[in-house]
Amino acid sequence: MAASEPLVQGTGRDGAGFAGVTAGDGPGGVRPYVGRVERHPLQPPVPLVLDPDAVERRAPVFGAADVSPLDADLTLGHRGEPLGERITVGGRVLDGRGRPVRGQLVELWQANAAGRYVHRADRHAAPLDPNFTGAGRCLTDDDGRYRFTTIRPGAYPDVTHHNAWRPSHLHFSLFGTAFTQRLVTQMYFPGDPLLPHDSIWTSVRDASARRRLVAAYDPGLNEPERSLGYRWDIVLDGPDATWAEEGR
Amino acid sequence: MSLPATPSQTIGPFHGTALPFPGGGEAAPVGHPDTITVHGCLSDGDGAPVPEALLEFWQAAPDGSLVGAPGSLRRDGAAFTGFGRVVTRDDGRYTLRTLPPGGAPYLALCLLVPGLTRHLFTRVYLAFPEHDPLIEALPPARRATLLAAPEAGGHRTYRFDIRLRGGAETVFLAFPDRGGRPGPP
Ligand SMILES: [Fe+2]
Repeated sequence: MAASEPLVQGTGRDGAGFAGVTAGDGPGGVRPYVGRVERHPLQPPVPLVLDPDAVERRAPVFGAADVSPLDADLTLGHRGEPLGERITVGGRVLDGRGRPVRGQLVELWQANAAGRYVHRADRHAAPLDPNFTGAGRCLTDDDGRYRFTTIRPGAYPDVTHHNAWRPSHLHFSLFGTAFTQRLVTQMYFPGDPLLPHDSIWTSVRDASARRRLVAAYDPGLNEPERSLGYRWDIVLDGPDATWAEEGR
Repeated sequence: MSLPATPSQTIGPFHGTALPFPGGGEAAPVGHPDTITVHGCLSDGDGAPVPEALLEFWQAAPDGSLVGAPGSLRRDGAAFTGFGRVVTRDDGRYTLRTLPPGGAPYLALCLLVPGLTRHLFTRVYLAFPEHDPLIEALPPARRATLLAAPEAGGHRTYRFDIRLRGGAETVFLAFPDRGGRPGPP
């Protein structure tokens, strides 16, 4: 696979310093992202069967002291409305047995409608939006549901590949009921023609696993005449369940 | 019932507006006399510092309790939540101020590193307990990578460097039983 071939590194954006400039073996002919080689451990992770009282069997807790209901609406908090197509993104956070993950922290960050992040290292020549920062938080409810109001982010150049663009995506961070269930990932939009050309989406080598990163348009989540709804359910598991399918 | 997990994706370089929060590394209540400092450097296989990585610490309270408490993201200076989150600086360094855990003397550490497709887990031991299944299973040469070193002259200060790759590479962990709490099916 691509990871064993000589790597060419660039810098910048999500693929910061990542391998791949030439065509590879991903579904769209792109070389899947493997990360920065010098940061990858050489040794395999040491398997640890956790004691019943191991710290990792429990997780930090969050509550009303941590998150305000307003934090879930990324279109608020500025003088005016952000530019872009307003969207509502929601779904359920479940564990591998289908049980809701209740009262846990969900964090979201994203580019603005023009594909620009509020970050000193983002050099994309697209405008910042004075009415959009692109960071939100919420807690899951008793059914494991989360919900954000935001705008659909724009595509932006993937400077590690010639003439490549990252598809619109939302970055998500999640906690489960065990520290081992920690998850950071990215959500994509259905029907995006950039997906098969994206080195990061295609870095998930299993096609069905890749599809689980794509939300579905859900009119039931629309706010009529105000926002388009996308549904995306998230399943947390221990770190090893997805190890192989991520091509690690 | 078994649902396939949502795959992990790289954290990328632009989490800085969303994930770090003020006081993230100040897990100890303000002015608490038992406060310890854990600090060190995150470096890669070339020995270069790794900036903008997110380090998350989760631990028992001094009485050994693992129930945690809300309020990490907006600390009130009084509660001990058991959770700390710091971002490595341009020189790869980080600092956590916390309370010593009761029970087994380690902090769980999750590393979210730009340039990796998924996070890493390790442990920060403030001392090696007499019996510990992880430490006993490791070759002696690798055990030291999990031990925070008390600093001479430093007041309750420990040094814990993390090397992602190569010589003296830190031991990273996998949890084959997925580590979740048992519960109703
Ligand atoms: Fe991104």
